[in-house]
Amino acid sequence: MRTVLVNEVTKRIREMCIEANHFLAPDMDRAMKDAVQSERSDLGKRILCQLQENLKIAREDMIPVCQDTGMAVIFAEIGQEVHFEGGNLEDAIQEGVRQGYTDGYLRKSVVKDPLIRENTKDNTPAVIYYEIVPGDEVKLTVAPKGFGSENMSRVFMLKPADGIEGVKDAVLTAVKDAGPNACPPMVVGVGIGGTFEKCALLAKKALTRPVNIRSRIPYVKELEEELYEKLNRLGIGPGGLGGSTTVLAVNINTYPTHIAGLPVAVNICCHVNRHAERVI
Amino acid sequence: MNKYITAPITKENREALRAGDYVYLSGTIYTARDAAHKRMQESLERGETLPFDVNDNIIYYMGPSPAREGRPIGSAGPTTASRMDKYTPRLLDMGLAGMIGKGKRSDQVLHSIAANGAVYFAAVGGAGALLSKSIVSSEVVAYEDLGTEAIRRLEVKDFPVIVVIDSEGNNLYETAVKPIAD
Repeated sequence: MRTVLVNEVTKRIREMCIEANHFLAPDMDRAMKDAVQSERSDLGKRILCQLQENLKIAREDMIPVCQDTGMAVIFAEIGQEVHFEGGNLEDAIQEGVRQGYTDGYLRKSVVKDPLIRENTKDNTPAVIYYEIVPGDEVKLTVAPKGFGSENMSRVFMLKPADGIEGVKDAVLTAVKDAGPNACPPMVVGVGIGGTFEKCALLAKKALTRPVNIRSRIPYVKELEEELYEKLNRLGIGPGGLGGSTTVLAVNINTYPTHIAGLPVAVNICCHVNRHAERVI
Repeated sequence: MNKYITAPITKENREALRAGDYVYLSGTIYTARDAAHKRMQESLERGETLPFDVNDNIIYYMGPSPAREGRPIGSAGPTTASRMDKYTPRLLDMGLAGMIGKGKRSDQVLHSIAANGAVYFAAVGGAGALLSKSIVSSEVVAYEDLGTEAIRRLEVKDFPVIVVIDSEGNNLYETAVKPIAD
């Protein structure tokens, strides 16, 4: 057994909330730079250059990349040999979010109840997913999620007979409908298989995979590449004002499913695809 | 085409704008997003006046992140406009000059923009740090309890926006997006 103090978790979560909102991860930073070179539309290029300038100002002046600093989504992979001390893990994570959003001048975008809609004023609670894994480490991922793109995400309960063509149509439909609302260029997280909620979680987690890394499953890698090409031929472009850069990547995760089903989730993220990671 | 204009924007000036124009906006604009629109609508239903005179003014759909010490505002980019579609035609009928946001508008809003000689601008979504540099000052004028969703009066200088829907109802989101051949 290895002991981990929960205040270490609080500290890491706090710093990742601030980091993710001011600095894009290296994979996203690279993809945004490359897009400036490859974009064919003049207005598209102008917008991508503005976004480069935006990233520079964000990191140099410590102004969040986007004012929607998101609802904090946290993945906690906990080694089964770990023993936590010093308090409740859930409370420690929420405290990290509270401190990060308050001390980091991040926007408080969470309401206590979906219909009564009173702001909690500290951006808690976060949405937390726990996974028990082998080993004695704790891996924490913070992925603040903006809602311009979240609102354009979809779940499709396809029939097995719809097959791979059905999956392609679903992704194309979701991205086409998202258009300018989702702040393109987008990153598209896709979950295929599992159950209704499992495919949504697969899609969410797919967004935390670096955009330059393709699936290890050969047919999934091909599907990612084919959809990347197809989506960029839609012509939506930067800001939805036309151009050849509509998506920066398509990341797909799969899971076994039921003989009767083919669930597909498309979780759309804007170009401010934020993720930070720490291992304790 | 690059244009430099000042807000409030008179009807004559906004009718000269065309979808696709790249505009640097200076002057005074107001922020309002979901919760503020809901309250304004409720005020109107009760027969009350709005917290600011909408005539010839521009509403920016934006809720900023908190300002650091010595700065007028935090990150300040546009939010998705379609969530305000339900409230917009009534404000346009009252003389609102236009809106700054991002994303598609309903047909009803498009028709109302054309009928009232108004304008819908897009600012670049996800460029909140850059856009904050064009905001000179910010002051809460109503609904302070709404936090980031309060109504703010902003003084802006060369704030970069693109005309998406012009007073003739031309819509850049429809005309600029063309499928790219294989």
